This record gives sequence, structure tokens and C-alpha cells, in this order.
Amino acid sequence: MISCLEGHGYTDAGGSIPSPRVFQKARFPLHSGHPMGIPRLRPGDGHRMFAASSKKRETREEVTAQMDLSLIFSQIINGLQTGSVYALVALGYSMVYGIILLLNFAHGDIIMVGAYTAFYAIASFHLHPLASVLLAVLVSTVLGVAIEKVAYTPLRSAPRLSLLITAIGISFLLENGAQLLFGADTKSMDTIVTGNAALLGANVSYAALLTIAVSVVAMLALTFLVQKTKLGKAMRAVSEDMGAAQLMGISLNRTISFTFAVGSALAGIGSILYLCAYPQASPTMGSMLGLKAFVAAVLGGIGSIPGAMIGGFVIGLLEAMVSAAGLSVWKDGAVFAILIVVLLVKPTGILGRQITEKV
Amino acid sequence: MKEKKPIRIPMPLRYGINLALILALWGTFAALIGQGAITNYWSGILIMVGINIILAVSLNIATGYLGQLPLGHAGFMAVGAYAGGIFLKSTPVADLLKAGNEAACLPYVIGALVLSAVVAGIFGLIIGIPALRLRGDYLAIITLGFGEIIRVALTNIDSLLGFKFTYGAAGLKRIPKFSGFHLVFICVVLSCTLIHMIMKSRHGRAILSIRENEIAAESVGINTTYYKTMAFVVSAMLAGIAGCLYAGYLGSLYPATFKFMKSIEILVMVVLGGMGSMLGSILSAAALTILPELLRSVADYRMVAYSLALVLMMIFRPKGLLGSYDFSMSRVLEKGINGLRGVNTGKGGGAQ
Amino acid sequence: MSGSSNKKKPATKLVPVPSTNIIPERDINKSPILEARHLGIDFGGLTAVDDFNMAIGRTEIAGLIGPNGAGKTTVFNLLTKVYHPTRGSILMDGRDTAGKSAIQVSHMGIARTFQNIRLFRDLTVMDNVLIGLHHEMDYRLSGAIFRLPSFWRGERIARERARELLSIFDMQDMASYQAGSLPYGAQRRLEIVRALATGPSLLLLDEPAAGMNPSETAELMENIVKIRDTFQIAIMLIEHDMNLVMGICEGICVLNFGRIIAKGTPEDIQANPAVIEAYLGKKGE
Repeated sequence: MISCLEGHGYTDAGGSIPSPRVFQKARFPLHSGHPMGIPRLRPGDGHRMFAASSKKRETREEVTAQMDLSLIFSQIINGLQTGSVYALVALGYSMVYGIILLLNFAHGDIIMVGAYTAFYAIASFHLHPLASVLLAVLVSTVLGVAIEKVAYTPLRSAPRLSLLITAIGISFLLENGAQLLFGADTKSMDTIVTGNAALLGANVSYAALLTIAVSVVAMLALTFLVQKTKLGKAMRAVSEDMGAAQLMGISLNRTISFTFAVGSALAGIGSILYLCAYPQASPTMGSMLGLKAFVAAVLGGIGSIPGAMIGGFVIGLLEAMVSAAGLSVWKDGAVFAILIVVLLVKPTGILGRQITEKV
Repeated sequence: MKEKKPIRIPMPLRYGINLALILALWGTFAALIGQGAITNYWSGILIMVGINIILAVSLNIATGYLGQLPLGHAGFMAVGAYAGGIFLKSTPVADLLKAGNEAACLPYVIGALVLSAVVAGIFGLIIGIPALRLRGDYLAIITLGFGEIIRVALTNIDSLLGFKFTYGAAGLKRIPKFSGFHLVFICVVLSCTLIHMIMKSRHGRAILSIRENEIAAESVGINTTYYKTMAFVVSAMLAGIAGCLYAGYLGSLYPATFKFMKSIEILVMVVLGGMGSMLGSILSAAALTILPELLRSVADYRMVAYSLALVLMMIFRPKGLLGSYDFSMSRVLEKGINGLRGVNTGKGGGAQ
Repeated sequence: MSGSSNKKKPATKLVPVPSTNIIPERDINKSPILEARHLGIDFGGLTAVDDFNMAIGRTEIAGLIGPNGAGKTTVFNLLTKVYHPTRGSILMDGRDTAGKSAIQVSHMGIARTFQNIRLFRDLTVMDNVLIGLHHEMDYRLSGAIFRLPSFWRGERIARERARELLSIFDMQDMASYQAGSLPYGAQRRLEIVRALATGPSLLLLDEPAAGMNPSETAELMENIVKIRDTFQIAIMLIEHDMNLVMGICEGICVLNFGRIIAKGTPEDIQANPAVIEAYLGKKGE
């Protein structure tokens, strides 16, 4: 099983991962700014019972308080960072499910392809990082649309189970094909975005900030696309009623392909941001990532764009919390436990909508 | 000329024919193994074929007959394997085998198989009751989730329990290797017989009716919740037995064996053979176990070929190789006899 | 012969009671088999059915008619608990069905067919009927697995009974045909047989004559009356074919926009101006 999302800043992974690290606190002066919302401890606050050496202890408590809070903060940033990647991938899942009611198992593996593209672009072809990013996104988009045309379009009127099985088949085809072509080993590369910023007493990487920012922008852009543009309207129409949309002159094939293109492009962007945090590529990196992003999509309400964002962040934060509690081996289990709870309590997710069957 | 009525072979004779067929098959294999025509290596392959047959036909109950898509079958195999393995390690079977005393092992082995079935069945019940309330896609993903949780739990539970129970990722080793060809053959025959007996009865028809049209089934008073759960639990129990046999074949178990990929491998066998066809599951389980061995030289391409075959099958022949065709030796004989007499046996196959 | 009890009855050969041409008196004074009181359901903001009151006699053939979208199938869905009513109550043989599920209500003696035909398409004709006879066979799972005598007895009796039921529509030779391969009319008839197999006291038929030509419809009319006479059950049908409705229904209920606009005998209904308006529109428009 891949361990791509382990090492939330607690383990030393060779120094090339710019995730915030607990023990860097020592570099910062003790009085750098207020911890979020909580007043700084003052000498004598609640510690009057300790008469002697109160000053020294207070300083230590101040440090602990700040450390705890900045620890919590860095964990939150961690969670939001991975959560953003989940969110971007979950958006793709949600969009595709919304339009053709398919759980596209192959979606996670598109990330893997994007990562390999970036890797070979930078390592073998020595392209400029920006060009590699664009290339990765382009390849992901083309791949997603190609899969849709080749494998899913012929099955558009088939029972949903067949479509699901096909998606699983494509996913495995990609994974095993990559293993065949590139080998099963993990390929490491240099980080694309380096550097840290000092934020609220914690050491936050630019990569993390960029990831979160990009995903928020992506969500806003996507919402704009779906609500305000003609293509977005077509997407919504097709997801409501395929037959009626066709009667209104909407080209089913173009709309569905466009949906896949957007979803895959988001996955490509997600893969780049993922590489910022964990600059490695392996054939199975997409599978667990895809599964968890999928849980995020279900949690937020499959078919809902803001839902995918919320779901992604929640899953990311959940993983961060579980790791922080020292139970990082149970991370995967926790995510799937959330999936089960959601499916039992509210299967349509936080923001999803009900679909009833006509008798 | 008066129209001749088709001859139908009566029930007791049909069972006799089937029994004869099975004994003939068994005898053939036993002879071939005894005389060394089938090497140890290949009899090992046959044992894996048997285990995979049980996995495929058990999954077929929930997919082909019940019409669902559970994606956590490997989880049931895992709990059965670990239950059987842990049980047998605590019995004197290992020493008995070393001493060559196979007969004395039998009660323990049967106990292990029963235990695996029961444990897997309990998990099937726990997972089935919530999962079967959901439809289609949601059932697929919730069972996937449960399968993964089982794997994670098997890997990490020792730290929770405080003592060595499953031995986690390091693996549960030195399980007595009790799975011989004859044991596996008997288990395969019993499993297939069990499934056949259930499906060709009112209970089996109730399960099929749920697949065909759940709302109509409820309207004629079929207790759909009960039958969905029953199908799921039986499917899980048989997977547990397969897991136990697997433990007894390999001698060691690793949680990583039972990940999502394994559930998909079993699903591929069922889909390729035709969902709803027991013979299809049997043939494709055999083929998909033997072919990779024959194609050892191109092993790297195996998984790619697998996935490609799955996709192509779904696009061009979604019903699988055999569709929902259910084999019956007696029916083949009937067709032959009536064909010789020149009598039309009518459309479709009778449900016997 | 099946009555209103749910006890297991020994299988008997059907003895058809020759039907006279006199329309039997509505036996509404004997306690009705089904009573709906102020039945209603809302879907979100839309009231699909409102204040539906109806009583069906024990051996009555009743009709439920109305323009498309009037809510007729919704009424059937309410009676069979596919939908749960938001208002009102349903009494089946005097017992309230509140809170019961579709399965439980089926055990109470209501059977139905569906507007869009819900057969078990991949199964044989015989299997479809046998599923209807599921509760007639009472062997347990252990009986099935070990093929005990109870299994053989149950199966034999059930198959005989299935053949008898199929003979109502002369379908006994089609027993091994795949249900989905039957012609449309035969599929509708099979659905009726399957419903009858459950031994109901009330049979709900949703557009049984849809897609049938006049001669098939006439045959169906005879068969429905024959079923009522043989099994002594009540039948309610939704139909658009007025010949059929006026020909065999003894009591008719007219629905429009979810409400009853008229109730009575065929003669009453045919003369009722509200009914004419609902179907044909107001004069002078």
C-alpha cells in the first residue's frame, strides 16, 4: 500500500518536503505575535500558587501555549493542504457523477498520469517548471476526454453496473500500464515550489498556501462556469434530464466531453499541487488518493460543487487530526469510517440532493 | 402424426447424473495426481483454482443472483482466513501433520472451516444490514469502505489489543498447511451444491426476484430485506471458507493481500464468466488462475491484459461469456435424446 | 378457493362458478373489503391526492377512472403502501394499515399489477407465478438445502397450482418461456396471474387493457369477471377504455386533480356533467 500521505511533518523525509515541522519553532522568537484569538498568558495569570520562579515557568508556559496553538495551526494548514488536493479531485468526481451518474474510478489515476508527465517533463526533458505544469494539465485533460470517448460513450445506455465495472477496468489498466512502462518504483523529483512563510507563529510553506488558494479559486471559477455560462447551463440541463436536454438542441457528446475535460483538468492541477507537497510519482499513487477524494465527494454531496470543497477539507483535516493524535496508521480506516457513517446517516451527503424513483 | 411430448428426466435421476459426473471428475484428478501425471506444482495450482472457484461462485450470489455490486469481498475472505489461521495455530494440527497423522487433523480442520464461515457470516451480517439499505452505486462504495476498514484493522489491531493477534503487516506465519487437493475439491463441490440447492428453491427465486424488480417483489409480499441479507451472508460465509482454505494452502497471511485489488480480481472472474451463471464463474475462475501460470513469461503484461479484457468485455459483451446460462448435464442429455427423437423441447430452459 | 383469510388453504382444483349476466347487487352493506377515509398525500408542495373516500365491496368489481395525471396510480400506490399517505386512513378488512409496509400490506390481502408492467423479465413464466406463490410453499431454508420431503411436496403443489392459475388465460403451455420474450398482452396477463397467485382478497389492476385490441379487451373483460366469480374476490381497476369500464364495473369512482368528482354506477357516471366536463371540456369552449 502506498504511503504517499504519511509524514505530516513529523517524520524527516529527507529534507526535500517543505511541510511545516514542529521543531523549527525554536528558531522563532518567543514573542512573535499573538496566537489566534487567544490572549497571551501574563505573568501571574492563574499561576499565583507557584510563588517562586514564576517568571521562568510563565515563559515556558507561554512557549507551550504558543507551541500548542501553532502546532494546531500547522496541523490545520496540513489538513487544508491535503484537503485542497482532495477537493480538486473530488470536484472532478462530483461533476462526472452529476452528469452521467458514473463513479469514475479512473479519475484518481489521471492524477498519476499527470504526475508522471510532470516528472518526465522536468527530469528527462528539462522543461521549465511552468511548462511542465501546463503540459501535465494538458495531458490529464486529453486523457480524461479520451477515456470518456473510448470506454464510457459506448456504454451510455448500458446498466450502471456495467459502466462502473468498466471504470474500474480503466483504472487498473492505467495503473498496471504505468507500472509496465515506468516501473513500480517511486520516482523522486525536485520540488516545484519551495520556501516557507512565517504565519501566525508557524512555519507554513508557500506550497501549502498556493494549494489552498488554487483550490478555492478553482471552486469559485467552476461555480461561475456552471452557473453563469452557456456551457455550464448545458451541463446542468444534461444532469437533470438527458433526453430533454437533447430535445433542446444541446449536444450531449460535447457537453459530456466538456465535463470530463474540466474534471480532468482539475485533477491535473491537483496532481501538480500534490507534487508540491510530496514530490514523488509511483504507479499506485492515484488509487488511494482517488478513493479518499471520492469519499470527500460523497461526504460533501456528490453532484455538488461546494460540497466537494467542503468534503475535501473535512477529509484532509480529519487525516491531520488522526495523525496528530498519533494514530496515523489508522488514517485510512478513519476516512472509510467517515464514508460509512455518511452513507448510513445521510447518503446524499452534506449538500447533496435526493433522487426519487417513479413507480 | 401425433405430436410427441418431450421426455424430461425425472429429479432423482438428475441428481444421480450430476453425482456421477462429479465422481468421475474427482476420480480423474485423483488418479492423475496419484500417478504423478500432475506434478506437485500443478496440484497446487489446482488447489488455487478450487479456492478461486469458491470465491467466484460466492460473489456471484451477491452480484449475479442478487444484482448488487459489493466491492468488499476480499474482506470476508480475509476474516475467514485469519479466523481459521489463528484457530489452527492454537491447535496441535501442526504437530499432527508433521507426524503424518492426517486423519486426526480432520476434526480440527472442519472446526476451522466452520469457524471461518461463521465469523465471515457475522461480518456479512454486520456489513449487510446497513449496506443493503442503499442502492446500486452507494452499496458498492460502502462495501468498498468496509473492505478497506477490515484490511486496516487486521494490520493494526495488535496495537489496540495489546497482544499479538493478527501479527499485522509482518504477517501471520506458520499456519499448518492442511489444504490438500481432496479437501479443496470437496469444499468446492459442497459450496456449489449448496448454492444450487438454495437457488433452485423458493428462496433462490425470491433472491432473483429482487434482482429483476425489487418493487414488484415487495408487491407480491417477498421480504426483500430478509432475502438480501440472506444472500449477502451466504456469500460472505463461503468467502470465509475460501479464505480458510487459502490460509491452509499458503501457510502465512498478510493483510496487504486482501486489499481492494483482490476484490476486483474476484469480480473480474464473475463478470467475465457471466453474472448469474455458476458454470461461467467456475470456468473463468479456472481460466484466470491457470492462464497467468501458463503465461509466466509475460507476467508483466498479465494485469494489463486483465484490465483490457475487462473493459473490452463490458463494451462488447456485457453479459459475460456465458451470460446467465446455467449448466445442467441433465438438460444437455434431454436435448440430445429429444433431438434424436425429433421432438421440439420448447423455448427457454425449464427451471428445475 | 381463496377468501379473505390469510390462513394456508389446501390446494384445490378450481371450480368455476358460471357467471350470470345479471350484475350482482353491490354488497356494500356487508362490511367492505377496503375502506379509504380522507386519504391524501402531498409531494412537497404538490397535493397529488386529497380527501379520497371509497369503500369496495367484498366481491365488487370497481373502477377508478379519470383523465391522465388525475392521481389514479397514486391512489393505487397509497393503497399498496408504495407511498405512505400524509392524511387519512386505509382499512383493509376492518384493520388499519397505518404504518405497515408494502410487504405487510401484501400479506393482508392486497395484490396489484403495474401500469408499466413489472415482471421478472429474465425468469420464466412459471418462475414468475411461483414467486407469487412464495408463501404458499412453507418449507424452510434447511428443507431446501437438504431437499427434505417438505421441499418436494411444496414445490409439487405450487407448480400444480401455478398451472391451474395460468390456465385461466390459457397460458399453461408457455410455462417455460422467458417472461420478457412474451408479447405485450401476454405479459399483462402474466402479471395478473402472478398477482392472483398471492391469494389476495382485493386485486388492483392498473390499466390491464392498455395496448390491447378490441377482441383482446373483450376476452379480458370475460376473464376479469371469471376471476371474480371463481375466486370470490374484489377487483378494482384503473382503465381508460370506457367499454371495459362501463361493461364490467359495478361501481365507478372518477378522479380529477387528485379529488373525487363523481361516484356511482356506470349509468350515473355516464350522465354526470362534471365527468363529461373533465374528459371533454366545458361546452362552448
